[in-house]
Amino acid sequence: MNQVIYKVELTGAGMWSKVIGKGKILKLTDLEGGANAGMMLYNAEQRTERYNMPDTLKGQQVFYLRQGLCLHTDMGRLVASIVEDTVGWHDAICGASDCEEVKVKFGGLSYQDGRNDWHRSGRECFLIELAKWGMGERDGMPNLNFFSKVVTDEEGNLRYVPGNSEAGDSVSLRLEMDALVVMNTCQHPLAPGGEYVPKPILLEVFEGAAVGDDDECLLSHPENARAFLNTVDYHELKASL
Amino acid sequence: MKESEMVAEKAGYRSVIGAGDYWWKTIRAGEVFRIHDLEGNQAADTLFYKAGDLAERYSASDTIKKQGALYLTAGSKLISNRGNVLLEIVADTCGRHDTVGGACSRESNTMRYALEKEPMHACRDSFIRGVQEMGGGIVDITCNINFFMNVPVTPAGELSFADGISAPGRYVEMRAMMDVVALISNCPQLNNPCNGWNPTPVEVLIW
Repeated sequence: MNQVIYKVELTGAGMWSKVIGKGKILKLTDLEGGANAGMMLYNAEQRTERYNMPDTLKGQQVFYLRQGLCLHTDMGRLVASIVEDTVGWHDAICGASDCEEVKVKFGGLSYQDGRNDWHRSGRECFLIELAKWGMGERDGMPNLNFFSKVVTDEEGNLRYVPGNSEAGDSVSLRLEMDALVVMNTCQHPLAPGGEYVPKPILLEVFEGAAVGDDDECLLSHPENARAFLNTVDYHELKASL
Repeated sequence: MKESEMVAEKAGYRSVIGAGDYWWKTIRAGEVFRIHDLEGNQAADTLFYKAGDLAERYSASDTIKKQGALYLTAGSKLISNRGNVLLEIVADTCGRHDTVGGACSRESNTMRYALEKEPMHACRDSFIRGVQEMGGGIVDITCNINFFMNVPVTPAGELSFADGISAPGRYVEMRAMMDVVALISNCPQLNNPCNGWNPTPVEVLIW
């Protein structure tokens, strides 16, 4: 891996948002096992363009994400590629927890009573971070849930799979455009109730390298290669002399 | 599968949406709204909003996670981004409707099929014109329902656009639980089997 240029540990139920430049690598590490990293991504300069769940899934004929797959935007382009992954299954379907769900599952704990151990929901964390970029509810979309696994049976009944990610597991994204990355470490919305124990994540950003002709992500599906060409066009057209 | 007791001739509103057209209308709380697949295997891409507030809208992920179910059928609730029930499906003679396939767009057609497919008409352009008339913009177009569309997912996590399971005359019917606005793009897609390779009209009815 290239030189690390940024490093922060997100506490459980923590939140974070930053713009990360094209080509850089965003690496997330599950420090204790059982973490969940909710994430939404936006084109940093035109934030109406964003990670799009349906285009990502139907473009690659999958229901979840793993190494070798790409994150597509609604504009036929790529926002990121999964270049490294020790987990193998990341949920793309279930979105974020909301306050009502967290209260029902964990009993509720206010700031007054719990101080900074109080109970937070993924939805409110997303809304708080989005607001800092002038965005809000209308900018919400089905988010990614890194480290979490949800499977379906043939009838469409969903099941959360515990223990999908262990301490030390990691996933790395190569940014394919300058992107606003909005994250939180609240528990997965289908995680079992009981004790409220959101897990911490180590977040690192590394300098990247040029995308080679043998790139695993672009070769995995012709749809990714075409979306990459659209992304190259986008950058070449706006580049100044 | 659940049949309806509503009589089409007694509907207070009926309209046919041609393939490639869009349609939007307010449905009042308590009213019953039917989408009728007239000729079969026609994807009706549909979004819902709370009447008077575009910021509250149908949410695929909230609908899926709160019911632990990937497909929609009779008994399914359509849930908003604020966790409220917008509508509930009360009858369905198709049996399964898609929540994750989203809409086609000219841009995604270049990714999915070929760069040369960009000029072909697509649902997102219809949604754009619809939400513009409603006072909104592109951020108001979120992941829609595809009524009558079959997108099976396997336990191993593979997803495909399969041949439709709808047929001429099948319908899905839902009761509005609050005042909502429905926006439909009757899908013009010619590059996959979601419309049986032949996009056809659907009818909407309100009682």
